[in-house]
Amino acid sequence: MRFDTPAGQNPIDGQAIVGRPHRRVDGALKVTGTAPYAYERHDAAIDPTYGWIVGATIARGRVTRIDAAAARAAPGVLAVLTTLEHDPAPPGFRTTLHLFGGAEVRHYHQSVALVVAETFEEARSAAHLLRIDYESEPVRCDLAAEAPRAEPAADRDSPDYPVVDRIGDAEAALAAAPVTLDETYTTPDQTHAMMEPHATTAAWRDGKLTIWTSAQVVSWHRNSLAQSLGIAKEDLRLNAPFIGGGFGSKLIMRSDALLAALGARAVGRPCKVALQRPLIANNGTRRAGTIQRIRLGATRDGRLAAVSHHSLNGNLAGAFAEAAIAPTRLLYGASNRDLSMTLATLDLAEGNDMRAPGEAPGLMALEIAMDEMAERLGLDPVAFRIWNDTQVDPRKPQRRFSERHLVECLEVGAERFGWARRNPVPASVGDDRWLVGMGMAAGFRQNLLMPSGARVRLEQDGRLSIETDMTDIGTGSYTILAQTAAEMMGLPIEAVTVRLGDSDYPEAAGSGGQFGANNATSGLYAACTALRTSVAARLGFNAEDAAFADGMVTVGSRSLPLLDAVKAGPLTAEDRITYGDLDKEFVQATFGAQFAEVAVNRFTGEMRLRRMLAVIDAGRVLNPLTARSQVIGAMTMGVGSALMEALVVDTRHGFFINHDLGGYEVPVHADIPHLDVVFLDHPDPVSSPMKAKGIGEIGLCGAAAAVANAVYNATGIRVRDYPVTLDKLLDGLPRTA
Amino acid sequence: MQPFTYERAASIEAAVATVASRPGARFIAGGTNLLDLMKVQIETPAHLVDIRHLPLRAIEDLPDGGLRLGALATNTEVAAHLRVKRDYGILARAIMAGATGQLRNKATTAGNLLQRNRCPYFYETNLPCNKRRPGSGCSALGGVTRSLAVVGTSSHCIASNPGDMAVALRVLDAAVETMRPDGSRRRIPIGDFHRLPGDRPEIEHPLEPGELVTAVTLPRPLGGTHHYHKVRDRASYAFAIVSIAVVLQEDGTGRVAFGGVAPRPWRVEEAEALLPDGAAAVVGTAFQGATPTPENAFKIPLAERTLKLVLSEGRA
Repeated sequence: MRFDTPAGQNPIDGQAIVGRPHRRVDGALKVTGTAPYAYERHDAAIDPTYGWIVGATIARGRVTRIDAAAARAAPGVLAVLTTLEHDPAPPGFRTTLHLFGGAEVRHYHQSVALVVAETFEEARSAAHLLRIDYESEPVRCDLAAEAPRAEPAADRDSPDYPVVDRIGDAEAALAAAPVTLDETYTTPDQTHAMMEPHATTAAWRDGKLTIWTSAQVVSWHRNSLAQSLGIAKEDLRLNAPFIGGGFGSKLIMRSDALLAALGARAVGRPCKVALQRPLIANNGTRRAGTIQRIRLGATRDGRLAAVSHHSLNGNLAGAFAEAAIAPTRLLYGASNRDLSMTLATLDLAEGNDMRAPGEAPGLMALEIAMDEMAERLGLDPVAFRIWNDTQVDPRKPQRRFSERHLVECLEVGAERFGWARRNPVPASVGDDRWLVGMGMAAGFRQNLLMPSGARVRLEQDGRLSIETDMTDIGTGSYTILAQTAAEMMGLPIEAVTVRLGDSDYPEAAGSGGQFGANNATSGLYAACTALRTSVAARLGFNAEDAAFADGMVTVGSRSLPLLDAVKAGPLTAEDRITYGDLDKEFVQATFGAQFAEVAVNRFTGEMRLRRMLAVIDAGRVLNPLTARSQVIGAMTMGVGSALMEALVVDTRHGFFINHDLGGYEVPVHADIPHLDVVFLDHPDPVSSPMKAKGIGEIGLCGAAAAVANAVYNATGIRVRDYPVTLDKLLDGLPRTA
Repeated sequence: MQPFTYERAASIEAAVATVASRPGARFIAGGTNLLDLMKVQIETPAHLVDIRHLPLRAIEDLPDGGLRLGALATNTEVAAHLRVKRDYGILARAIMAGATGQLRNKATTAGNLLQRNRCPYFYETNLPCNKRRPGSGCSALGGVTRSLAVVGTSSHCIASNPGDMAVALRVLDAAVETMRPDGSRRRIPIGDFHRLPGDRPEIEHPLEPGELVTAVTLPRPLGGTHHYHKVRDRASYAFAIVSIAVVLQEDGTGRVAFGGVAPRPWRVEEAEALLPDGAAAVVGTAFQGATPTPENAFKIPLAERTLKLVLSEGRA
């Protein structure tokens, strides 16, 4: 099914099942601990061996020698694979990460050996016996220090934009503007900190490989691994039915998959490899830290005349820039614009995708700048944003947004949060112990379209099964796909079985970039449309006219049981959704407004979030229950970004020192009060037949800035260097008796 | 983890004898710290003597009105004990500010006192650390130091003691009771139990090989109001940036110890004598000679502000 004209009325609009708060169909498996995750597939991979990855302990240079004799002789050890004995594996899709092979070391904890043993403990113990010699080169790991050597950088995911994106004359407009702002904001490196580490179980049989792994996009992993191993992708089957979170870290194949495959081949038995938690931060990918300079110019009545946004970040040679300027392109109107990025070379773990790449760190900066500008103008921050809303792409004013309800998000949020009670004068609310403030920010994240396929099969007993290599990374894919199929075929949701994450199934969008839900359900919509055609043909109906509901197929006054269509045998249909140019004709995006109330201890600077609200405009909400979980999870991540999350570089050695969950703090339950979420109901007929848009990332966008702005309102202290930790407040807090 | 042998001790005496005589032998109780360190081979015992079932778990009244905490009483048991809550509130609060419910259920009184430091470089086993490899150097100096100690340090080590419980015990003037390999018992004042690093950071306490902590005793209750305030970057499950244990008397005198700032719970008696003069006076004296890094210098004004907070509560 090619989607190239806006959707009209269609079967999903009935919303008998779609759009309703169904509980997760896989919930019981998860809460009973019976959902099969990659590292625990003892049912499928019998008598597995255990691999332990050894990471390099220099950031840049060469491995000169690996003495593995003692490790090979250790109890239980079956094999030791060293990087010097393997050719460099080519990097996989969307990454320059060098996973294994060769002498070159490009970042700390790069995988340089795998110890395979009968037990996990034996592998781990033997790994300590490896003697590895290195030749080090000076490391480049201080972003500010590397700034002079940074080069202009394009946006990997939006190549149509010029590297230096200028409209009008920002410099002249800034010089002429009566009210201006020129500030620099920094965002730190972050790690994904998903619950399940990267993990793979691999088994070879007759030259063919099966892996059970934790992957967000099955086809990307499969293609990358087949290429790394030099085998045909048809000889590699990938299984990823359950994934314990990813946040972008599992979009790309990691060394656990490659090394499990190599380990299994070396020992002739299945091999399990999990990327050890302390390795993940330096071995894999990170959200790259940024240094962003934002300049704004406005008329006295608060109309933005100029927006200038420059972002610097650093990455491995050949890797991409974190597109922190992305939200600035489309969030506010201003006729003079100057947006650009530069990229320095850093010998740190590769900067790559993490939830809302570009938008998340970009809005951390831009939405503080907007708060500062509103204050300079004497305007309410909500009103200032509404005043500068745009309904068109500022670069191409003839290109409109398909659906854009940012203003409604802001208005509904302000009303619901009690924003009118906020005192705009900072540090003026509280008691003798706490200073209390409110802050807000706008959220923006693009809606991405990806082809996606599915297969459906209607059995003679009335069961409907779905097969697609779509993944569920904890988001609720199983449930929304079951809802979609049930709605399309007029069956109860209990009649639907959803099978995901198998490379033998039709290729789907996968989970990432908040593109999973809309595209995967649209691919299933296409397959169900094909199945409806087959059903109608067997029943002698015209499919276009047929309504499917309550197990009956109806045309006009004539009604037949759906099951009549499978009397002659089960029916199978397969199709995929592909897209025309609607995303070029219209801007498709999701919007949010975030509101936060924070109390700051006037003595110690300790910050406590008291309440938080997000109002989200993301097209049709397929399941308000799972969508709400996505948004409150994202808001929690935003609170972490605002108040605590940061990878800290030891610049002498070139690695992140706090590379475990003890050192890298994310919010705990005690940090998070009740979070409120409101979804606006604006189905978007331009996005897909489902009229849905992304939901997985918009809840993060703006969340951190709302919290940071609340800290400012509480204290009068403007921190432009995330995270906003208490040591940055102490000097500015009121004197205490 | 290196291979090791394991036994359940038959008695206190047998446990002590075994650990004293067998090279590389160690006691294990809750194991919440030891096992983690064994996995990364920072601790490499050859033999573990499990003492969990030994009769050292009781919490008993002492004839002088004090309280005796068995070495194996769990953190949860101590914090929930009626007399602890009534007479030694500072201890209950300090324990509850530490770790998580699961860890407190497992961790013991003696084990908590003996937990090792959380300096990130202590865990970075490929880099030098004087605690791990005496004489190899201190990687924290010149490195990432925000969480580390500001006072009582040396040029050989700037790790801080991570405990909460120990800070309260220091204020309460607790004593550590032990049994030595020769069967004799001794009593070590808590103030002498955690050593400053000096030029031997690997020596963290005065226990002899095989010497077993059997109990911690608390003197008669101090009365007054008890305060424990722990400042950290998130609301739970994090080590202190700065913590303060304070017992305040009605006349304005009291006792104060700081956590998260020094290689041991930091109590300076001359400083606490200045409590009636206010927080600045106390902190000024307590942190005399401090040698913070640019990253952790904020801990000193933070300590002062936190003490002010506690005093404002105590006098309210």
